[in-house]
Amino acid sequence: MLRTFPKGGIHPPENKLTSSKPIQKLPVPKVVYVPISQHIGIPAEIVVEVKEKVATGQVIAKSGGYVSSNIHAPVAGTVTKLDKIVDTRGYKTQCIVIRTDLKDESNLEAADLPLKKEITMEPGEILQRISDFGIVGLGGATFPSHVKLNIKADKTLDCLIINGVECEPYLTADHRLMLEKAEEILVGIRILMHALDVRRAIIGIENNKRDAIDLFRKLTREAPGIQIAALKVKYPQGGEKQLVRALLKREVPKNGLPLDVGVVVHNVGTVFAIYQAVQHHRPLMDRVVTVTGKKLENPSNFWVKIGTPISDLLEAVGGVPEGTRKIVSGGPMMGKALKSTDVPVTKGTSGILVIPGDEASRGKPSSCIRCGECVEVCPMGLEPHLLMNLTEKGMYQAAAREDIMTCIECGSCSYVCPSHRPLLDYIRFGKTIAKQLESNKG
Amino acid sequence: MSDQPIIVSASPHVHSERTSKKLMYDVVIALVPAFLVSLYVFGFSALIVTAAAVVSCLFFEYLIQRYLLKTEVTIADGSALITGILLAFNLPAGLPVWMVVIGSLVAIGVAKLSFGGLGYNIFNPALVGRVFLLVSFPVQMTLWPTAVENNASLVDAMTGATTLGLIKEGVQFGETMTAISPNLPPVQDMLLGITSGSLGEMSALALILGGVFLIARKVISWHIPVTVLATIAVMTGIFWWADPEHYANPLIHVLSGGAILGAFYMATDLVTSPVTKKGMVVFALGIGAITVVIRLFGAYPEGISFAILIMNAFVPLINRYFKPRRFGSRIKAKIM
Repeated sequence: MLRTFPKGGIHPPENKLTSSKPIQKLPVPKVVYVPISQHIGIPAEIVVEVKEKVATGQVIAKSGGYVSSNIHAPVAGTVTKLDKIVDTRGYKTQCIVIRTDLKDESNLEAADLPLKKEITMEPGEILQRISDFGIVGLGGATFPSHVKLNIKADKTLDCLIINGVECEPYLTADHRLMLEKAEEILVGIRILMHALDVRRAIIGIENNKRDAIDLFRKLTREAPGIQIAALKVKYPQGGEKQLVRALLKREVPKNGLPLDVGVVVHNVGTVFAIYQAVQHHRPLMDRVVTVTGKKLENPSNFWVKIGTPISDLLEAVGGVPEGTRKIVSGGPMMGKALKSTDVPVTKGTSGILVIPGDEASRGKPSSCIRCGECVEVCPMGLEPHLLMNLTEKGMYQAAAREDIMTCIECGSCSYVCPSHRPLLDYIRFGKTIAKQLESNKG
Repeated sequence: MSDQPIIVSASPHVHSERTSKKLMYDVVIALVPAFLVSLYVFGFSALIVTAAAVVSCLFFEYLIQRYLLKTEVTIADGSALITGILLAFNLPAGLPVWMVVIGSLVAIGVAKLSFGGLGYNIFNPALVGRVFLLVSFPVQMTLWPTAVENNASLVDAMTGATTLGLIKEGVQFGETMTAISPNLPPVQDMLLGITSGSLGEMSALALILGGVFLIARKVISWHIPVTVLATIAVMTGIFWWADPEHYANPLIHVLSGGAILGAFYMATDLVTSPVTKKGMVVFALGIGAITVVIRLFGAYPEGISFAILIMNAFVPLINRYFKPRRFGSRIKAKIM
């Protein structure tokens, strides 16, 4: 029996068009736009000036506090502007514009570095390196990794979970990375186990990626403590709480973190970035991005330098097809629709999804028929129809009592609603107001 | 890019292709076998009553939404169509058309639209219409045409008592089950629908067939129908076991009257039933228990309509007390 989380979840069509496409290199972008806020927490502080020459991997914005992250120059070149641009989230953010020095050879250097298995660093050094080298969660949440790895003395940690679930339809960035960089990821896992002094690690992979499961099983036959778990395909299994429940039958308490049940979860992409930082002294400057869509000429997976405009990526797959009405940064379940393709790839960009006109609009909402489908699929045990209703009526405190804040915004409720009700829209709004009310009180 | 503007909306950007309308039409499809049996058993009169109910339900919904409420007309969503069919299924074939029209007006106008329309009604509209007619026209509403094969004309239709009616009457006159039993239709006739009763409740097999289709299509879950029928069977079974001379056996109770129609199609109405599975079971237990109490001790031979309406009133309370378990609320952190 394959493991999975017991309550809720959905099975949207997988549409993994690019799962057999090797990760390709993109031509070096002429200009990169590097936002200073690519992670959850405090934006980084710019430490370069206009006209300054920067080298590949140089810190160009320094971590602004504990929950923050350094940002490194993804290319060598000249800072041409410090400007405000709209990022993938739709907000204007401060950003460093670098014109690439196309003659500089370091720009051609890619993620293809020789495998280095031997770990020489001490735990303390490793954690410092992760913090200095701008590593954030690459699964999408972009939470600074060093914060997650800082285990307070009163917490016990007994298991490291590696998230290779990639439950979002269409996306294959993690899948390809697992196939092409499996050994590096395993070294990365050993680095983390060493740094955290934990003896057990589990890689959770959904069963639609059999090749990755088999490959890891083969490679870990003689690796003590690293276990590969095949999971039943179900969205949102990549959510931390769902994954921990699926793999260990432990339930992260309400408003708690995986660490409260002795677990730390890291995405496979993050683990690869950690491997590069620790073994090759390479800060986080690029990532794998799936560029996909049913009508695209050549949907692909790419190694993309942070700051590359999304328009460059779309060009590389044959351009935006006729009749496109929506472009999404991320997957179809949790991704953000973009207003323009001028926005840059950031550390959290896992994919670009191009949606044709006939699939781009939402259905017209009608009355709730209380079918209970939203309640059935909610992985957090919430009542989305009730939360929407309370939010609509301005009853935010009542919504908070019904645990609106524990919603993980997976969108399963809106996905199944036969009346096309914008459940998650209202719940997000309700969460925002409930949070404000809470902070005003305190 | 297209000449049309790009759409920026919040996630999710995909939708399952299930729509309310599709759910409604699945219910209509599920009711077809039972309707065919009625046509066979009652002939033309079944068609007239059903057509009258459906047309007037749609007509009243249109009229009220268009001219009285001045809102969007939603007759195409399938819900008024279902109300019409289910209302007809709960009426005797051969009921005068004008009574059917009144029942439809009560169902759509009073029970549905005055509460705010689809999704806002507390009580099952078809049952409100049916009970209104039963209370207003008790004679005509209990005039059951019996199954007459190849019944061509309404005028010649014979009338007879229903299975439950025969039992109630007999027991009230002090007869024992041994004396009543020979007058009851055999089990195979109850399964096939060669008996007397409301238009759509005749054939247990046809109704179960449609019900299984609805469960397979995930329009309804098994919780309500199974719990209702099991409760009826267990409760009547206890009485029968204690005193078989005064109480009919559970098989008769489950197969006769509106038990199966009610359990699969009326109690499962999405709008007027609880949201969670736990809630559904509680709701269905209530329906089964009230039905049995009315059948065995009440004035009416059949009570499932009343039982469902009574439990409909409890649905908001049930929804409040039987919530899904919140993730992370059971803190049982075991660290090995």
